[in-house]
Amino acid sequence: MYVAVKGGERAIDNAHQLLANLRRGDTAVAELGVQQVRQQLPLAVARVMSEGSLYDEELAALAIKQAAGDLMEAIFLLRAYRTTLPRFGASEPLDTTIMQLERRISATFKDLPGGQLLGPTFDYTHRLLDFTLLAEGEYPAPETTLADEPKPCPRVLDFLAGEGLMAREQDDGAPVPDITREPLAFPASRAERLQALARGDEGFLLALGYSTQRGYGRNHPFAGEIRIGDVEVWMTPAELGFSVPLGDIEITECEMVNQFVGESAEQAQFTRGYGLAFGYAERKAMGMALVDRALRAGEYGEEVQGPAQEEEFVLMHCDNVEAAGFVSHLKLPHYVDFQAELELIRKLRRQAPAEENR
Amino acid sequence: MNISTASGACEASAYNFAYLDEQTKRMIRRGLLKAVAIPGYQVPFGGREMPLPYGWGTGGMQLTAAILGADDVLKVIDQGADDTTNAVSIRRFFARTAGVATTERTVEASVIQTRHRIPETPLSAGQIMVYQVPIPEPLRFIEPSEQETRTMHALEDYGVMHVKLYEDIATFGHIATAYAYPVTVDERYVMDPSPIPKFDNPKLDMSPALMLFGAGREKRLYAVPPFTKVVSLDFEDHPFAVQRWDECCAFCGSTESFLDELIVDDAGSKRYVCSDTDYCRQRTEENLQ
Repeated sequence: MYVAVKGGERAIDNAHQLLANLRRGDTAVAELGVQQVRQQLPLAVARVMSEGSLYDEELAALAIKQAAGDLMEAIFLLRAYRTTLPRFGASEPLDTTIMQLERRISATFKDLPGGQLLGPTFDYTHRLLDFTLLAEGEYPAPETTLADEPKPCPRVLDFLAGEGLMAREQDDGAPVPDITREPLAFPASRAERLQALARGDEGFLLALGYSTQRGYGRNHPFAGEIRIGDVEVWMTPAELGFSVPLGDIEITECEMVNQFVGESAEQAQFTRGYGLAFGYAERKAMGMALVDRALRAGEYGEEVQGPAQEEEFVLMHCDNVEAAGFVSHLKLPHYVDFQAELELIRKLRRQAPAEENR
Repeated sequence: MNISTASGACEASAYNFAYLDEQTKRMIRRGLLKAVAIPGYQVPFGGREMPLPYGWGTGGMQLTAAILGADDVLKVIDQGADDTTNAVSIRRFFARTAGVATTERTVEASVIQTRHRIPETPLSAGQIMVYQVPIPEPLRFIEPSEQETRTMHALEDYGVMHVKLYEDIATFGHIATAYAYPVTVDERYVMDPSPIPKFDNPKLDMSPALMLFGAGREKRLYAVPPFTKVVSLDFEDHPFAVQRWDECCAFCGSTESFLDELIVDDAGSKRYVCSDTDYCRQRTEENLQ
């Protein structure tokens, strides 16, 4: 008699063992170290930290190793770890004006105070495979000089704001909600939106940002300023009453300048979109800034014309841990519901010829 | 997926009883009290990431973790069966993180976490059913916006749902919903009973057991308290009816239970067996005596 194929405990154990084999690959090749991942795949580490919402390079590297290089799986591992951590407070707002800059560019001015600093970037590289890397030769480290103490570097958008050309952002001083503790309610505040976007999938935000450039909610963006570097995190413990530095984190910040024509000539102003990500994550920060601006359509009384401007659509679908989970659950058995559908469709088809004969 | 059985015990001890921390469990229990007080109302809650993927029962698992005590006896089913992979995985998770006793017998369980079925064996007072819910909003496929649907619930504005059911009848001659069939709870809220086949809907009505529903990704929970009226939506001239089979179970001969269809050879011959494995085993054992 046929026995329905159902997984048992042994099948699961075997699957885990096979996965461990898949991850390890050929044991004749040296095992990948977590520090190697951390040092030599820093952009993967940055993405996992950003979307995993946890700044810990070592754990992100561990997650990447454990996930066999599947970054979404690594993000998921990091999130499932983060969710168990106690929350002992919130930091002071980051002051990105004072950063140890490794890269800083503005597309809106040819030159500007603080200068254009290209830094390490794939921009302007020719995308030709470098076969010397295949040979794994020793890499002669270039001469680098440590920068002096970080000096304040003025912000492009502040110049515009100083002239009254850029809408100023107001800090209403209200406590910042935590979307990992309280579910999103709609309409969401901008703080909640930015949190969701910061955790959001890079590819999803990139595609939505791209869609605004192609006319689905067009808002004429310029890359006002992108800066990448280390910034100090400060916190004020309640028992101390004054703030203390916790350490440095690497971040990428993007401020987009967007055209906006007010109701009258006097009111015409630029507006901004904001993106922030852990580590070196320029594409993510730019996508986020474009989508942030698109989601401000309501605030500026703009007509909603594209999906990037639909708050519920964007915020409910930007999280790749949620999306990957729900799509992958289709692999779970659904045969009871399918049986119910089978019964229904057979019933409908049985009755159809009878009606045609009438 | 990455914890082997051998190292399981020491890794499990790094986590709280039943995985979630006590503050989170308290938050969920407060949400559950509200849900019980307003039957069928979807309570937003601060859903946490769980170490299983969204869509694989994280909502149900959070509720189970929040209500589980050391003396509880847990049963986990998927598609009515205890031995389906995801049921095995979730049962193991709580056996390891909470150390609770587990069972496959419906009558022995104090908490039953389920996906897609309600056991055939009648539930009794004191038992708690925990349902895994993918999309908690019954109006979602008519109205995609959460702002809109919450307003519709507040105003008891369920006309669109009846229009949808009417359109089914006009088009197909039947209501074309076979599972996740909407119900009215306590004459007030329209509720999605989770993707159980409509065959199971009548079991919700006036059940002596407490029914809890958890949607992790959507961060909603809701409840049907014991002995609450649960009515499947229908029309006077098109009354609600459940699935029936001409066949009986090939193992236990049941003509009353929900049957899974098995294709047993290359010619496409079919056999039918109970989807509820515990119910089927009990009946098979009784038949042998």
